[in-house]
Amino acid sequence: MTDLTPQARATLILRFTALADDELILAQRNGEWIGHAPILEEDIALANLAQDELGHAETWLRLRAELDGSDPDALAFGRDATEFRCAQLLEYPRGDWAFTLLRQFLFDAYESVWLSAARASSYRPLREAAEKMLREERFHLQHSALWIQRLGLGTDESRRRTQAALELQWPLSAQLFVPLPGEAELAAQGLLPDLSALRPRWEESTRQHLGACGLSVPAWGAPEDVWSRDQHSPHLPELLAEMQGVARADPEAVAW
Amino acid sequence: MVNPLARPSEREVWDALARVLDPEIPVVNVVEMGIVRAVHLEEGRARVTITPTFSACPALHVIRDEVAAAVRALGLEVSVQSVISPPWTTDWISPEARRKLEAYGIAPPTPAGDTPLIALEANPPRCPRCGSFNTAVKNTFGPTLCKTIHVCNACREPFEAFKTV
Repeated sequence: MTDLTPQARATLILRFTALADDELILAQRNGEWIGHAPILEEDIALANLAQDELGHAETWLRLRAELDGSDPDALAFGRDATEFRCAQLLEYPRGDWAFTLLRQFLFDAYESVWLSAARASSYRPLREAAEKMLREERFHLQHSALWIQRLGLGTDESRRRTQAALELQWPLSAQLFVPLPGEAELAAQGLLPDLSALRPRWEESTRQHLGACGLSVPAWGAPEDVWSRDQHSPHLPELLAEMQGVARADPEAVAW
Repeated sequence: MVNPLARPSEREVWDALARVLDPEIPVVNVVEMGIVRAVHLEEGRARVTITPTFSACPALHVIRDEVAAAVRALGLEVSVQSVISPPWTTDWISPEARRKLEAYGIAPPTPAGDTPLIALEANPPRCPRCGSFNTAVKNTFGPTLCKTIHVCNACREPFEAFKTV
């Protein structure tokens, strides 16, 4: 892609990093359920979700590598929290089952609208990756949407827990739609989806499903509480300490 | 050394690739699964293009190595390239491979197409054991990324189905 301006290239690198980091951190959180999910089928489902997200993180890091020659493994396992660009929603500890599945639902819905829009990007590698991933994401959204239904319309206890998760996660979700530096210009040029146009679409579909599942959507937080993607929660360094521990203990290792 | 006059044809390369089995479902090969997209032969060198079924398919590097080995065994130099576009679809699985999947106990995928984002499984797969269409989804996710778990209401057996993508 020789026709990218240096600025466009830098912004694409940032966006691919943010996309990869969201997936990578969510994969790690979902992976924490392996061996701990309430039933065997769900243990397997969460492992599948984690595996898919990890594959997508790798795809995004490869797209970044095409632009700057970076090493995906080094980025995943060698960066400190300050260099990550994931949203805080994905950093929070896995919590209870309702917390995990609600986060999955909100994120799956976001990813679906983002990928749908990215299929129209003028940057071919992004367009192709979005087309591929969207097919796989469909299964995620089916699964998480069904769980929100079960939890929201289940028992008083399941609804109470899901509602509690929603109170925390809904305001955090706003960060998913905060543009990265330079992103608005790239959206105007047709290289990246326009986050401000995606947000109402995401909000409409999630509100409709959450409402149908007996959950009340809380108010958005104050605008000053919506952070940019370089502002992280204290949960991220803790997560990275565990996720990167082995790789950092032996950076020269080629296989474990 | 290989006699240059006896260089393998493109047909022979495809035949060799058709002997490479899918590492996760070792009754079907990578050609009939639609994983091998193209073979290009030039001056004793082969370029093989493959595509992952699922982005996170852990078998891809095994497939890549085995594809390369199969071509090298014909006396050719080989490079294997993986592409993601056009995205793999289960519509590329050959009728023969569908029969093999079913005989192996995995319900083959139904025709792919655009389905709404939030939808339950529209086309129930047919039970590979008793042939009934009276089946229900047990789990959208199965033992590998490409499969779902179902139960047959007629014979009461659980079974795996290939995800339709």
